[in-house]
Amino acid sequence: MIPAAFDYEVADSAAHAVELLSRGGDEAKLLAGGHSLIPMMRYRLATPSVLVDVGRLDDLRYIERRNGAVAVGALTRHSELEHSGVLAEHCPLLAAVAAEVGDPAVRHRGTLGGTLAHADPASDLPAAVLALGGTLVARGPGGDREIAAADFFTGWFESALAPDEMLVEVRVPASTGGWNYQKFNRRAQDWAIVGVAVADGGSGVALVNMGSTPIRAAAVEQALADGATAADAAALAAEGLDPPADLNADADFRRHLARVLTRRALTAAGVP
Amino acid sequence: MTATATAEAEAPAPTAKATHFGSRRLRREDPALLTGEARFVDDLHLPGALWLGVVRSTEAHAVIHGIDTDAALRIEGVTEVLTGADLAPLWGGAALPCAWPVTDDMHNPPHLPVAVGEAKYAGDAVAVVLATSRYAAADGAAAVAVDYEPKPAAIDLASAAEPDSPLVHESLGTNASYTWELTPDPDAVEKAFAEAEHVIEERFIQQRLIPAAMEPRGVAAVPSPAGGELTLYSATQIPHILKVMTAVTLGIGENKLRVVAPAVGGGFGSKLNVYAEEIICSALALRKGVPVRWTESRSEAALATIQGRGQVQDIALAADADGRVKAVKARLLADMGAYLQLVTPGIPLLGAFLYHGCYDIGHYSFVCTGVFTNKTPTDAYRGAGRPEATYAIERAMDSLAAATGLTPEEVRARNFISADAFPYTSCAGLIFDSGDYHAVLDRAMALADLDARRADQARRRAEQNPRQLGIGFSSYVEMCGLAPSRVLASLNYGAGGWEAATVRVLPTAKVQVVTGATPHGQGHETAWSMIVADRLGIDPDDVEVLHSDTAVSPTGMDTYGSRSLAVGGTAIYMATERVLDKARVIAAHRLEASPEDLEYVDGSFRVRGTPASSVAFGEIAFAAFTAHDLPDGVEPNLEAHATYDPPNFTFPNGTHVATVEVDTETGAVEVVDYAAVDDCGRQVNPLIVEGQIHGGILQGAAQALYEDAVYTDDGQLATASLVDYLVPSAAEAPRYRLDSHVSPSPTNPMGVKGIGEAGTIAATPAVINAIVDALRPLGVTDVEMPASPQTVWRAIETARGRGGAS
Ligand SMILES: Cc1cc2nc3c(=O)[nH]c(=O)nc-3n(C[C@H](O)[C@H](O)[C@H](O)COP(=O)(O)OP(=O)(O)OC[C@H]3O[C@@H](n4cnc5c(N)ncnc54)[C@H](O)[C@@H]3O)c2cc1C
Repeated sequence: MIPAAFDYEVADSAAHAVELLSRGGDEAKLLAGGHSLIPMMRYRLATPSVLVDVGRLDDLRYIERRNGAVAVGALTRHSELEHSGVLAEHCPLLAAVAAEVGDPAVRHRGTLGGTLAHADPASDLPAAVLALGGTLVARGPGGDREIAAADFFTGWFESALAPDEMLVEVRVPASTGGWNYQKFNRRAQDWAIVGVAVADGGSGVALVNMGSTPIRAAAVEQALADGATAADAAALAAEGLDPPADLNADADFRRHLARVLTRRALTAAGVP
Repeated sequence: MTATATAEAEAPAPTAKATHFGSRRLRREDPALLTGEARFVDDLHLPGALWLGVVRSTEAHAVIHGIDTDAALRIEGVTEVLTGADLAPLWGGAALPCAWPVTDDMHNPPHLPVAVGEAKYAGDAVAVVLATSRYAAADGAAAVAVDYEPKPAAIDLASAAEPDSPLVHESLGTNASYTWELTPDPDAVEKAFAEAEHVIEERFIQQRLIPAAMEPRGVAAVPSPAGGELTLYSATQIPHILKVMTAVTLGIGENKLRVVAPAVGGGFGSKLNVYAEEIICSALALRKGVPVRWTESRSEAALATIQGRGQVQDIALAADADGRVKAVKARLLADMGAYLQLVTPGIPLLGAFLYHGCYDIGHYSFVCTGVFTNKTPTDAYRGAGRPEATYAIERAMDSLAAATGLTPEEVRARNFISADAFPYTSCAGLIFDSGDYHAVLDRAMALADLDARRADQARRRAEQNPRQLGIGFSSYVEMCGLAPSRVLASLNYGAGGWEAATVRVLPTAKVQVVTGATPHGQGHETAWSMIVADRLGIDPDDVEVLHSDTAVSPTGMDTYGSRSLAVGGTAIYMATERVLDKARVIAAHRLEASPEDLEYVDGSFRVRGTPASSVAFGEIAFAAFTAHDLPDGVEPNLEAHATYDPPNFTFPNGTHVATVEVDTETGAVEVVDYAAVDDCGRQVNPLIVEGQIHGGILQGAAQALYEDAVYTDDGQLATASLVDYLVPSAAEAPRYRLDSHVSPSPTNPMGVKGIGEAGTIAATPAVINAIVDALRPLGVTDVEMPASPQTVWRAIETARGRGGAS
């Protein structure tokens, strides 16, 4: 519970952060809300030599309507998503999912960019961004590039980000069609054992903790597109998946939960 | 064992009007705790202290071939790395104490503070690092390289008891530490079973629990090299016991040792111990001449602080056709872990007398075998032995209800000890003090709104609702107020069970109370001040309560086993009476009356019949101080000491009713209502009583639903963080509805019993019985603890013949 020694730098802009990251090499890490990174450091599962603190970059804390989409700055706190009027109007799923993350203390520190970059398949918001078909904006030494959410998550705690890139923005299409989020856990502040996010009447369905990344439930989406009922489509939720086993759930139970929760989410989203 | 209940009959009427006893006074402890003013061990500022880092075995069982300290010694701030062999001379090979050799032939292999040659559980200390900061100590400990050769390990409790199991201590030739039996009349038990209409046989598993007190342990040993004294600060429940044990273990004069427990953030029994770090820090501080300190990390606490429970229970009931129980047989395997800590072997025996619960049965047989395993030692955890006993009998009573077709409440009511039977001599040899179990059950059913809930349950069953309702009962009686010293002697316990108190009136009539009971969250200061204020007719705020420092409170037996009020509180009461007796003599002298003619009303002595002739308490206090005009033979000052050794245990009891909703599709369980009626005798402060019950219920429900110290087959603790070890939070707390029944204990003058453990004892079987009740129509008759969604879902699938695969 005592982290190994590290150096600490404060970035005064995203560009500065990228520069500090490049200088720090593989051993440098961005520090945003710290609610994933610091616990890992305390267990010595992460031992970065330099922390680049971007937590004070308030210009990257925003939620705004832009060209039919909603743009969210990477340093926006979960609690800001939860209470955003813009999201309530134009993308209520994202706000509702943010409200399910951890507890109030966690939501006041954790950032959208942090939870996406951390790429934990058990996290809530990555699945929501995936179900919504969002786009992520990464800033690197060569400038900005856009990465589709579908291409962003590459493996356990791994993303398409290069070590010297920083997420600066997340864009999700305005989406007010039937939506729902089912999070199944044992204590209020826990990560999901399985979660299901449904966007836009079922055109986007994404699963939490059913594999090494958040996963689009393609078979469910296809069945719905072909006119299946919620119940029939939900039966396909675990199709082809090889979910992890842990103390809370083995793979069979996870597959079962995925089916039950998908049915509940689709029904709650108004899918007949 | 026989406990003699020398009943002091009825509680005497208080001499002064009781204005605080029974009132919901806010806890005076809380402002300092809530504002961060309270000082815990880790808050102590100790310039020049060295920090201890402990290198812990990563193997469950391994020979240590070598310990490479070079890398650790190169770390800046690390001053020394010491192995078990280096340290052995400091404690002269003496072992950590076990004060409860439950049988004469009990195996108690030496337990060195730092292992030498072989590690016996993952977490066993194998070396220590001294460093100038906590960070350097952690880096140093991480850099020590230990060459382990793993050996086969005994992990699963039931398997460890088998003859072919790997041995934890090879030299013993067995993993059994002891076997302890209580069967007053073996033939009668066999006869009852032979003649029984219904025989219920159940096996229950009590999983291991991690106590997880809010404050992990901490130790700071501060030497005074000039005089050779040592002050040992520890986050402990037992400064007095720790002082004796540390002095004996290290061979230092008890007069040279002072133990202080500063603010202590909970214990639940886990700080009722003498731990390696306390001995190591003390020994090294004496050797180095500087303070040596250590603060446990949360994950270290999971491995290095004792765990609770850990039993395989076989219970059998013999009942007649009407569901009346005639005999109970209980057979236990109790997981000791790798070594015996302070009272490890005695913990299951605190339940040994209670496997027949609150029921009036004829015959009884109990046998327990303590088994070593390559895991963290077990010891006291809230309830200690009694939750396990209550779980077994209360689950079995529900099985009996199912077998006889009776309702759970009816099978209980038919078997209860009746109210007119008290004092009641139990088949296990205890004398239960007082109670009315039927009245308590009736009140609990009303509080739980049983009829409406059963109707709701029937409706959901009829409509095959995926969310089924279950209603679970648990009636308990526990033995508290540990303990009559002679009874402890008969159980081979290494100390007495009395408690000491001093009441000291200061010149200005403010009062200091010194207690040997050591609070760590309970609210002793508030309760003690109320007791004394009532007797003396003064304001509780004028009563200061001193404790937890052996220099201030030199005599005591500390806090555990719901003993503080029934034993320590009684000592306070007695000392206050003695102060009043002396004050009365001084008052009589001043009023020129005889002491017998005085009455004490509202803080003044007055001559009966002539109220104008009176003297206030404050005047007497000052007169006792100046000593200018005291009666002949009366010593100056107003102060009295009392030590109370209870003649019997006290027997709190109650009935709890849990209502749960089970989502049969996901296995999720929610406790939707929780009604509890407890009889803890007279209540000093109902607010504190309710707080104890709330926390206790949640802790008991946590065993039923969430908590489990999971070990892998090779002996690694898989739940060493609070992400994996599921301590519930306020969000998981059920809606509590509480009521009480008061049957004063005749054992002590205030008629009190104790409430520290009741909730924990009652809640676990109430919740599991409720889950089984919800699922019985589906064919489910048992659900293992903790009843996680996966476990519940599998139980449903298995009952439906599907096995839960997909
Ligand atoms: C008690 C507790 C409960 C929690 N429960 C949940 C839960 O139920 N559901 C859930 O989803 N999460 C949960 N979390 C995690 C929480 O949401 C985290 O805050 C979040 O996942 C990470 O965000 P952060 O800003 O704290 O990131 P940090 O911890 O600061 O960083 C995480 C990782 O992302 C990198 N990073 C951060 N920002 C950027 C950026 N802008 N660009 C590139 N890389 C970046 C860091 O270098 C690091 O590797 C919980 C955390 C705690 C402590």
